[in-house]
This record gives sequence, C-alpha cells and structure tokens, in this order.
Amino acid sequence: MGQINLKKVSKSFGNVEVIPPLDLEINDGEFVVFVGPSGCGKSTLLRLIAGLEDVTSGEIAIDGQDATGLPPAKRGLAMVFQSYALYPHMSVRKNIAFPLKMAGLPVEERNRRVEEAAKVLNLTDYLDRRPGQLSGGQRQRVAIGRSIVREPEAFLFDEPLSNLDAALRMGMRLEISELHKRLETTMVYVTHDQIEAMTMADKIVVLQAGVIEQVGSPLELYKRPCNKFVASFIGSPKMNFVEGEEAAKHDAHTIGIRPEHIAVSSEEGLWAGKIGVSEHLGSDTFFHVAVEGFAESITVRADGEIGLEYGDQIYLTPKLDNLHKFDADGLRIE
Amino acid sequence: MARAVSSQRKLLNTLIAWSLGLIIFFPILWTILTSFKTEAQAINDPPIFFFFDWTLENYAVVQERSNYMRFLWNSIFIAGGSTLLGVLIAVPAAWSMAFVPSKRTKDILLWMLSTKMLPAVGVLYPIYLLFIELGLLDTRVGLVVVLMLINLPIIVWMLYSYFKEIPGEILEAARMDGASLKSEILYVLTPMAIPGIASTVLLNIILAWNEAFWTLNLTAAKAAPLTAFIASYSSPEGLFFAKLSAASTMAIAPILILGWFSQKQLVRGLTFGAVK
Repeated sequence: MGQINLKKVSKSFGNVEVIPPLDLEINDGEFVVFVGPSGCGKSTLLRLIAGLEDVTSGEIAIDGQDATGLPPAKRGLAMVFQSYALYPHMSVRKNIAFPLKMAGLPVEERNRRVEEAAKVLNLTDYLDRRPGQLSGGQRQRVAIGRSIVREPEAFLFDEPLSNLDAALRMGMRLEISELHKRLETTMVYVTHDQIEAMTMADKIVVLQAGVIEQVGSPLELYKRPCNKFVASFIGSPKMNFVEGEEAAKHDAHTIGIRPEHIAVSSEEGLWAGKIGVSEHLGSDTFFHVAVEGFAESITVRADGEIGLEYGDQIYLTPKLDNLHKFDADGLRIE
Repeated sequence: MARAVSSQRKLLNTLIAWSLGLIIFFPILWTILTSFKTEAQAINDPPIFFFFDWTLENYAVVQERSNYMRFLWNSIFIAGGSTLLGVLIAVPAAWSMAFVPSKRTKDILLWMLSTKMLPAVGVLYPIYLLFIELGLLDTRVGLVVVLMLINLPIIVWMLYSYFKEIPGEILEAARMDGASLKSEILYVLTPMAIPGIASTVLLNIILAWNEAFWTLNLTAAKAAPLTAFIASYSSPEGLFFAKLSAASTMAIAPILILGWFSQKQLVRGLTFGAVK
C-alpha cells in the first residue's frame, strides 16, 4: 500500500512562503509526476513528503496514518536523489544492502535481496566496485537498487535523470516505467522536463510558485489545460497564443493553438505569413512563421520535408476543434 | 592553469624554502646535537658543531636520575585521552553545525575560537582553585579534561570544515534508508570523514603532547608528563645544558617520529579548505 494524502500542507522558509496551503491525493500504485519550472517548489513538496523538511502547517498521511511528525526513516518511503547520493566509501553491494542493514535483516537475507536487485538492474558484475568506478547510468541504477530492496510503500524520485546525457536518459526513462509496471508501487517523480512527465506519468501535477495549477492525466492536460500556464508548459514545442482581434472572433481574450494543430499550405489558408527560422528534425519540420498582424511568431509543425525555405510565403489554418480559449486572467473558457 | 616559472626562479624558491626550513628546525637539531656532548663542550665558546666527543653519558644519567617511562606514560595518557574525549564531543557538535546550522552557528564557532585568544594565565587562578576543590590537582584525569577543553575549539573547527565538504544529500539518503541519527553518524558521516578526523586527531595529539603551561602548573609528581620531565632539568644556573638537551630529545622523540610518519595526513589537514 502506498497512498499519500496531503491536507492543507504549507511550507515557509523564514518569512518566505514557498508553498501556500495545498491539498493533494496520491493513490496506491500511481505514477505521479510533479512538474514545473525551476523554483516552483516541486522538490520542496517532495522533501516534505519524504520528511526531509518539516511542514509549516497541514498534515501528511501515508496509508491513512498521520505521518506529519515522523522522521524520514519511519515513513517507509524510499528516495532516489538527483546526485544519486551513493555512499562513496561502500561497495555497490554494501550501498544496496544499507537499508536492509538498517532494518536489521540477517546477512543471508540481505545478500539474497541485493543479488536479486542487482540481477534486475544489470549490476551483478559491479557489486564489488565502489560508486566512483561506475558510469553515471550505473550509479543511477545503484541508487534505484538501494531504494527497491527495502520494498517501500512508495518511491520518491527527485529529478533522477537530469545528470544523464540525452540517450541514457531515454533508456532510464523506459527502465523506470518498466519498474513501475512490474512493482506496481506508488512512485512520485519530480522533474522540470515536461517530456518525462508526459511519457511516464499516470497523473501529472503542474506546479507554479508553490501552487498546484492543475492535476490530471497527461492527455487531459494536453487536451484541456485549465489555464495558459499549463497550456504553455505541457507540449513541445509550446502552444501558440494569439490575442486581440483574432481572439475576439472566438469570444476570447487569448486563443491558443498547438503547432501540430495548424494546417500548412503554400497556396491558401486563414493566416498568411513569412517563414523565419525552421528546425528540421527529419520526421517533422518546425517553422517559426511571422504572421501578418500578429505580435508574436507562430510555430507550426509540418510532416517531413515540404520544400519551403526561409522567407517563403506560407499559409496557416488552425484546426478549430483543437483551439483553446482563455479569458483575460488566462483561465480556460469552455 | 600552471603558471610558467623560470628554472632560475625555481632554484631561488627552493633555496629560500630550504633555508627557512633549516632555521625553523635548527633549535631542535641543536638540542639533539648538544645532548651528545659533554657538559663542558655544550657551553664551549665558540660553539662546536659536529667535531666533539660523541657520548651517551647524558642519556645514561637522565635515565638513572628519573623514571622516563612514567613521564612517557603520563604524556601518552593525557595527550591520547584528551584528544579522544575531544573528538567524541566534537563529532556530534560539528555534525550539527555543518548540517543543521542555526542562525547563531557562525557566532558560536567564532565565540569558541575567541576563548583561544584569552591568555591561559588569566584563568589559572580559578582553575587551580577548582582543581583543589574537586581533588583533581596532580591527576591525569584532571589534565585530560583541561587539555580537552583547551583544544576543543580547534577540534570542532577542523571537523566542521571537513564535514562541510560532505554533501548533505548523502546524509539525507541515509535517513531515507532508515538510518537513525546514531547510525547516520557512525556508518556514513564518520567513515567519509576519516581522513579529516585522522589529521584532527594527529594535530591535537601533538598540541596536547607539547602543552606546557597547564601540565606544569597543575601537576607535581604523580601525573607529570614529559614537559615536566624536561622542566625538571632546567636550572637557573644553566649548568646542565647537555643533560637538559638529552631530556628534551627523549621527550620530543616520540612525537617527532609520529609527526614524521604522518606528515602527508597532517599537511592535508592543516591546508584543508584553503586549497580544494
């Protein structure tokens, strides 16, 4: 079981309130991702759940039991840190076995579990090495190994992939997702990378300045963002926003349209413009188009290569079904 | 990036360094040389450097007259005991200052250091009275406590700067892994800080070994360490330079050898934080 409930939880450092009171429910077995820009309080929120920071007010319940005052060691949660935080003076084997040693398990049981975890994580050949002799990806796996041996109620991940290179990051993303499918244990994952959030989460929590902007499944957030912040944060490249006359036609202060929801043509369309920078990814091409009468350039996606270049005339037609409307406060209009 | 230094400049630097080293070491060298001279040669004018009649007579006399082993044992007990006790107290103190600092932590550190600015003689009278009152005069335990207190600020400071270098996340990881505060300090912090703790211990053994003010003033016969052993050979008339030198050499030999074998550790400890 790994159900976590936050009731009116807030956190201040001195006079600065970094997290105003918030409520959040994390269900057993869920993969929840906290996402938001740097300094939005997502790591602090995770540390509050872990018990590494004390809440200023409010209550944290784990499996229905009040855990607000419990030290981290007593909460039954495991954490994977951004810096991996391995014990440099211990071998991989001892690192992974450390939580079991602290739990007072007999040596044979410890060894059995460590070897089991090592097999799952492809670390068997490295058990007798020190962390300093491992690559970044291997260190990450040791950190994960250390957290799974204890069979915790829930896993907490604090930006675990941000120190890895792009290729490795994708591999580890899959490995963590697979691990979640196999263990079916609650995972709470903090990242600033919306792609990680979209690909891994059952439920995404979007935070800004310590406030939860929206909670929902990746597709819910993608299809029905509740405000402009969520709309621009989820999706890559980010959503285009148009204000003024064009928005007024749709009875909105601002309209938003994603790059992939705009039809591109070299002959006709609703909006006419000139191509600025284009980004060629092979499978897709992204054009940054200066549309006549718009304050900001519009990003559009075209399938593959369509043979248009810098300075060419281009016509854009937004797909009205996928248009998002926002009021003057940036809130969604249905 | 390495700066280009001409070989001439290097030679000059080497010469200066060696001269300075020699000047600093000279009194010790002179003491050792004098200890092998006869009393007459020891006060010869002009002084004789190497070409004298080497003799072990002074050592024999000193050995005969006083019980070197008893002084040695007292020194070991006092230096070792005060250092051990100091480290036991300083590790948790430095832990809390390095990892859970409060608003006043910096002030406390400075305040602790400021006690070293007070001349020891300023508190001799109250401490002497306290010692009489507590029956600690001329006891090893009394000296262990006093020397521990004298060196505690340095021990805390050194350990604090070592602990600061250890990433807090590793200790947090230990907490998440179910470690109690005791296990966290015992299994994670201390092993990671072993080099730092080792140089702190070494430096403090040396400081306590050489400490003369308190050891001379608070001991008589029973608890007297090697500093008192040296002092017992100094006489105002200055007639026994050779024997005094022999006693001094015997007193500093153990700590000199310890320091020699642990130079690397010591240098690292003393320059820690200054050079990363």
